[in-house]
Amino acid sequence: MKAYFNYFKLRVITNLQYRAAALAGISTQFFFGITYIMLYLALYESNTSANVPMDLQSLVTYLWLQQSFFALIYPFLKDQDLLKMIKNGNLAYELIRPQSFYFKFYIKMISERLVAASLRCLPIIIVGLLLPSPYKLGLPASVESFLLFIVSLSLSCLLVSALSMIIHIITLFTIDSRGIISGYSVIAEVFMGAVIPLPFFPNFLIKIGNYLPFRFIGDFPYRVYSGSISVIEGRNLLFGSISWLIIAIIVGYLISKVALKKAVIQGG
Amino acid sequence: MSYIIVDGISKTFKVTKRNSGLKSALKSFFKREYVLIDAVKNISFEIEKGEIVGYIGPNGAGKSTTIKMLSGILLPTAGNIKVNGMNPFADRRKYVSNIGVVFGQRSQLAWDIPAEDTFDLLKDIYKLSDEKYEKNKSELVNLLDIGEIIKKPVRSLSLGQRMRCEIAASLLHDPKILFLDEPTIGLDAKSKKIVRDFILKINKERKVTVILTTHDMMDIDKLAKRIILIGKGQILYDGSLEKLKTKYGSYKKITINTKENISDIKLKGIISKEKIDNGYSFVIDSNIITISKFINYLSNRYSINDMDIDNEGIDDVILKLYQDYEI
Repeated sequence: MKAYFNYFKLRVITNLQYRAAALAGISTQFFFGITYIMLYLALYESNTSANVPMDLQSLVTYLWLQQSFFALIYPFLKDQDLLKMIKNGNLAYELIRPQSFYFKFYIKMISERLVAASLRCLPIIIVGLLLPSPYKLGLPASVESFLLFIVSLSLSCLLVSALSMIIHIITLFTIDSRGIISGYSVIAEVFMGAVIPLPFFPNFLIKIGNYLPFRFIGDFPYRVYSGSISVIEGRNLLFGSISWLIIAIIVGYLISKVALKKAVIQGG
Repeated sequence: MSYIIVDGISKTFKVTKRNSGLKSALKSFFKREYVLIDAVKNISFEIEKGEIVGYIGPNGAGKSTTIKMLSGILLPTAGNIKVNGMNPFADRRKYVSNIGVVFGQRSQLAWDIPAEDTFDLLKDIYKLSDEKYEKNKSELVNLLDIGEIIKKPVRSLSLGQRMRCEIAASLLHDPKILFLDEPTIGLDAKSKKIVRDFILKINKERKVTVILTTHDMMDIDKLAKRIILIGKGQILYDGSLEKLKTKYGSYKKITINTKENISDIKLKGIISKEKIDNGYSFVIDSNIITISKFINYLSNRYSINDMDIDNEGIDDVILKLYQDYEI
């Protein structure tokens, strides 16, 4: 366990070196936050007749949370070390260590997200809270909503990492990662509500989304925070979140077993 | 029962194949062509505890593939491997704490930080106690002479320095078996000597079983009593180096320094004669004509200023072997 924790420590040290990257990340997130909010404001102001699926304050809060915790749950994260190893064959050295291949890289992936997010989220949250209405990041709907938000967001991070692991392991078969990661990311981003929040989707898409794991990443935590998903509904959704997490880990773990049996170490 | 038992292992790879150029690239975009390549075909051997075995063969013979199967990285397509009662692939996590592996052309050290930091990480990976780690580290650092080197970022090291660190990293956890895949590749004479002396020493003192692949025949000459020769995925020779040398090493190269003209010699067993700068160079088969008889014959007839007798190097022996087996 200590060795696994070391990867976390190493990640913290490495990320602290990249201050510029963190600053760039924060400014990008601010830019996107403000732009999205202005876009939706225009939409809400011009549209007075139709009933909107989310009230404006919930939506703005949703957008700010999305920007704050972007690094924690964005689906197209690549573990460059792992992908490089698969491509150039240095994976060989990973496989002679008395560690679980799957869990080592799973923990690495979670660490990377946790560290990147913790360096970036606070400034955005603080500024978001201080902004005047209607740009303001709202407070949670209730204490219970807030607790559900924390739990579901943590599960999101675990789930998105487990899904990323599956994608990365498939690279053991395809060797190159570009096709598969882009393809996956598009579907994941759409159905986790990263492009447009899920309530704005037409009915048939919402139905499809309900069968996919992605709504538990992003959509669920951000909406339960503002009360757009009620506490009771949120409690039920937690089961879905946990089930998907368990499934994703088991599937990833099993594929890794098969993949390693068929693995070819590149480059002699 | 032997320590390492390899029983009829094979490994087949499926490889995509296409010609160069845009047209064939486009074609293979729609339809891939695969070829099956038998990297290793039905190989069997046994190795006892404490042996040093040289695993040799030309490029692409299947040496590295065998090492990878022995170290639990690759699963053989067919056949069985038992090392110390364990199956390397199935019991991988338990098995690998007993082995050390050095891949000469890869690096296990983190590029941007000193090697010592990687050592610290390995300490936790292998769950070594503080005392054991410190003891092993200081011993390895002394033997390989890398006290200063491990404090510098790995990217600033020369190849030889890095390789010594790689070897130290592979032995921190006191493995019982050491697999070396071309450990002396690209090293200078001094580094090679350090590495060789070191391998002999840990084999003697720690009773580490060593299996090494190499293209440097001096490595084999200095280290391995037994060699396994593999070509095109099959074992061609398995036995002592001495035997191989007597079989193929009866040729001696004799260089004579003389001002006189040596005309044709009517003796059996002379393989070749060549005029060189200030004399002649002969190759004789010492099984047919003894060296003393040959020298006697010459010195009775010509005045000889100086002479030199060489065994044909092990490189030549191996080349002859390759020729004989047409690999």
